[in-house]
Amino acid sequence: MTEKNSGIQAVGRYLKAMFAIAWKDLAAELRSRELLSAMLVFALLVILIFNFSLKLDAKTRTAATSGILWVTFTFAGTLGLNRSMAVEKDRGCLDGLLLAPVDRSSIYFGKVLSNLVFMFIVEAIVLPVYSILYNVNLFNPWLLLVIFLGSVGYIAIGTLLAAMAVQTRTRDVMLPILLFPVVIPVVIAAVEASSGFLQGLALSEVSYWINILFVYDLIFIAIAFMVFDYVVEE
Amino acid sequence: MNKKPTVLLILDIVSIILLGVAAYLALSYAPMEATMGNVQRVFYFHVANAWVGLLGFLAAGVAGIAYLRTGKQKWDIIEVAAVEISLVFFLIAIVLGSIWARPIWNTWWTWEPRLTTAAITELIYLAYFMLRGGIEDPNRRARFSAVYTLVGSVSVPITFMAIRLFRTIHPVVIGTASAQAQGGFNMSSDMKVAFFFSLFSFTVIFIDLFWHRIRLGNLQAKVEELKLNVME
Repeated sequence: MTEKNSGIQAVGRYLKAMFAIAWKDLAAELRSRELLSAMLVFALLVILIFNFSLKLDAKTRTAATSGILWVTFTFAGTLGLNRSMAVEKDRGCLDGLLLAPVDRSSIYFGKVLSNLVFMFIVEAIVLPVYSILYNVNLFNPWLLLVIFLGSVGYIAIGTLLAAMAVQTRTRDVMLPILLFPVVIPVVIAAVEASSGFLQGLALSEVSYWINILFVYDLIFIAIAFMVFDYVVEE
Repeated sequence: MNKKPTVLLILDIVSIILLGVAAYLALSYAPMEATMGNVQRVFYFHVANAWVGLLGFLAAGVAGIAYLRTGKQKWDIIEVAAVEISLVFFLIAIVLGSIWARPIWNTWWTWEPRLTTAAITELIYLAYFMLRGGIEDPNRRARFSAVYTLVGSVSVPITFMAIRLFRTIHPVVIGTASAQAQGGFNMSSDMKVAFFFSLFSFTVIFIDLFWHRIRLGNLQAKVEELKLNVME
């Protein structure tokens, strides 16, 4: 076997392990629908509360839409992240995963992938519902790009911190406390970029927020990739 | 029981003298700024505190990486020491900034990017202590807090870059200011003396406190060890 071939095989094994873990989560979710239904109902309730607390008339709405959307996504996201890691910890599933003869970062990326899918599903339902309820057109391809980049950054760091949070004594409250201050730059950039696109600004005026999102995504994924081993190690 | 080193004792005394001299230079020696008046004198300690705060967060980040690489407990002790005192210095910087901002910007606080980033930095390191409080196993606690410092220290350089990345009203006294900055001024040579002296003094004070806190951490570790020995 040539060296190149074994390298390709190693990458193949890595991806296979990653998809196996993501698939395990998705299959479990497909059967129980615990997580998604909780995230969705929660997201809709957050929008409802905003409706009353901000008195969303037409004028406030245009200014507040991107903020409301991102608060909804981050809150619902926390719920999902916490649950997805707590499930692993509860019956010692994480120990089983760690015993598997695969690179540990593939566990991380598998988890990121499944969390990301949950997040996207929630977003895919919240966006049209919000559009209908408040009569705003949210189907702007650039807005979708911003939501994609923001979610990737959020989930990338969130999965790492959730793995830490579930191993602490106060695990139910720990994740948002750890996650929110670290993820604020992503939220700021995402809100600014989204509201820029919703107001129909030119790409050049919004581009540096998108650059920040890109850079943050890369930094957070790189950090999580490097340190995930230390977080799950016993 | 290891005795307090003489160098540390000398450093204590030097720190107190330096603080006194820096206070004199800032409050009396430096000339009054023409437009802002006496409130501008807050600036000398504000910048010095912010500087050592950032220095400590940087040191904590480096110690965190060193811990993850080597797994030696001393790096964990250094990391906690750095975060703990920097948290206080940074808070002082923010409070002093507020005192200055009230008459100059006409508000205690504004959600200007640099202030926002400073507040986020404080929150990150507060969360750091909550994280430590929630873990009993010392090895895991050290590992997790090193990881979190690493994640958190990404935000510290951004504080510094924020003023150049975003539109801001925060004045840049050293280097080039943005056009919107309010409350900027040029330092006269006497002001520069007071400014650089207070930077220097606070750096020395920082080192002194840092050293004390590391000693305390070492003693704590020793007490834990003795406790375990007794229990066995």
